[in-house]
Amino acid sequence: MLPRKDLLDIASLKDEEIEFILANSAPFKDLFKRSVKKVPTLKGRTMLTLFYEPSTRTLSSFEVAASRLSADVTRFDVDASSVVKGESVVDTIDTLEAMRLDYIVVRHKQSGIPNLIAQNTRASVINAGDGWHAHPTQALLDAFTLREVTHNELPGKRILIVGDIQHSRVARSTSLLLRRLGMEVGYLAPGTLMPRETPPEIVCFDNWSDALDWHPHTVYLLRVQMERQADSLFPSVGEYHRLFGLTDARLQILRDRKTWLMHPGPVNRGVEITDAGMNYERSLINQQVENGIAVRMSVLYTLRPDPA
Amino acid sequence: MPTPDSRLLMDPAALAESICRLASDILTHDSKPDQPLVLVGIHKRGVPLAERLARAIQEQSSTPIPVGTLDITQYRDDLGSLRDLPTLIGSDIPFDIDGARVVLCDEVIYTGRSIRAALAELLDFGRPALVQLAVLIDRGGREFPIHPDYRALTVQIADNERVAVQFTEVDAVDGVFIASSLSL
Repeated sequence: MLPRKDLLDIASLKDEEIEFILANSAPFKDLFKRSVKKVPTLKGRTMLTLFYEPSTRTLSSFEVAASRLSADVTRFDVDASSVVKGESVVDTIDTLEAMRLDYIVVRHKQSGIPNLIAQNTRASVINAGDGWHAHPTQALLDAFTLREVTHNELPGKRILIVGDIQHSRVARSTSLLLRRLGMEVGYLAPGTLMPRETPPEIVCFDNWSDALDWHPHTVYLLRVQMERQADSLFPSVGEYHRLFGLTDARLQILRDRKTWLMHPGPVNRGVEITDAGMNYERSLINQQVENGIAVRMSVLYTLRPDPA
Repeated sequence: MPTPDSRLLMDPAALAESICRLASDILTHDSKPDQPLVLVGIHKRGVPLAERLARAIQEQSSTPIPVGTLDITQYRDDLGSLRDLPTLIGSDIPFDIDGARVVLCDEVIYTGRSIRAALAELLDFGRPALVQLAVLIDRGGREFPIHPDYRALTVQIADNERVAVQFTEVDAVDGVFIASSLSL
């Protein structure tokens, strides 16, 4: 497989690149069982994280992944930097370019910023979430996790994605990738949070009852963004939970049917999920976190910066 | 597969005999009783070699010999300059190597760089008491101070030639050939 420079979204990945990243994730995950959980693959290389939006798990997942590949890891502290003083992203890139970095991991609230950075640096750029656009490593770790539990039998299986689809880069990237891998995707959301246009092969639901009649193999809950409430996109947390949350009664149906449960984290207990849901025996939430490190190692292995 | 201009170095019978002899050489090494013998094969063709050696040693000594595998890709010194990235197979050493006598197995030794990488990876699994190296073919051309403890055959061949060891587990046939690098 020829290395590629950047990972900006799922759409620009070739099928063989997706297969390469997913196939190599398993040997990377096996590494975690050893006492030395580290390989020298990226020794002498530097990865910088540039997060304009807060994140705990994606940021630390990338940091752990890079450390296990022996890369040096540096965090560009956006809050403390001149970015808050109004330095433009382009000026920041010039600064970063002078640091001769090899990998830059970017999260930004505006779609397209990682692409802009990628065009202006020789370093490999990984999109760790940009606006509503894309979160490709989340999609890859979700696909890897589902392949594990289905023993590589994704085609024809159904996944129901529940929540704020409209504003979710996770929903966008994950549903695109899982459809490419042969899964059927359904969306369940209030009308205000459902995208106006969805590809015709995606089934849209506005209530749990119809969605469960569709018999999903996996239910994927999205995190409710509390600030959407201020935008009047849903009336109240209690109302959201009652209508669209995974209540204990709905959880019981999943349990009876042995349905898998996923969530990209961090969860809002009592909103999209209950305490009982967090303890559900077929919850893959922790497996997603562990697999996230392996998949990000595999992504870093697949990328190669342009020569200096 | 062998091509018209390739020369046969070992037929299946000679290959089997070489493995048998290597096994008895490994056994006659005066090893300490508190150092259990384990074999570790280097992907790809060091793995069938290690498995066959383990079987031969078991037949000669009636002691079961654990076999592990190493995929040295992540430890290669040329990984950053390879045009194509290899698909990873993964390493599997499902036993403790602390205090053990580890015999690394590879089908051919040439520059010694693979063995350098294998040693680096092996030491991330533990601290063996002794590490040795068994190869089927030593073709010279070393770039590192690394030499096999056990070898079946030494050959002198030109730089543009290649030794191809084939095992039925990986290839269609058993045999060892010399051919120009281009034709293999």
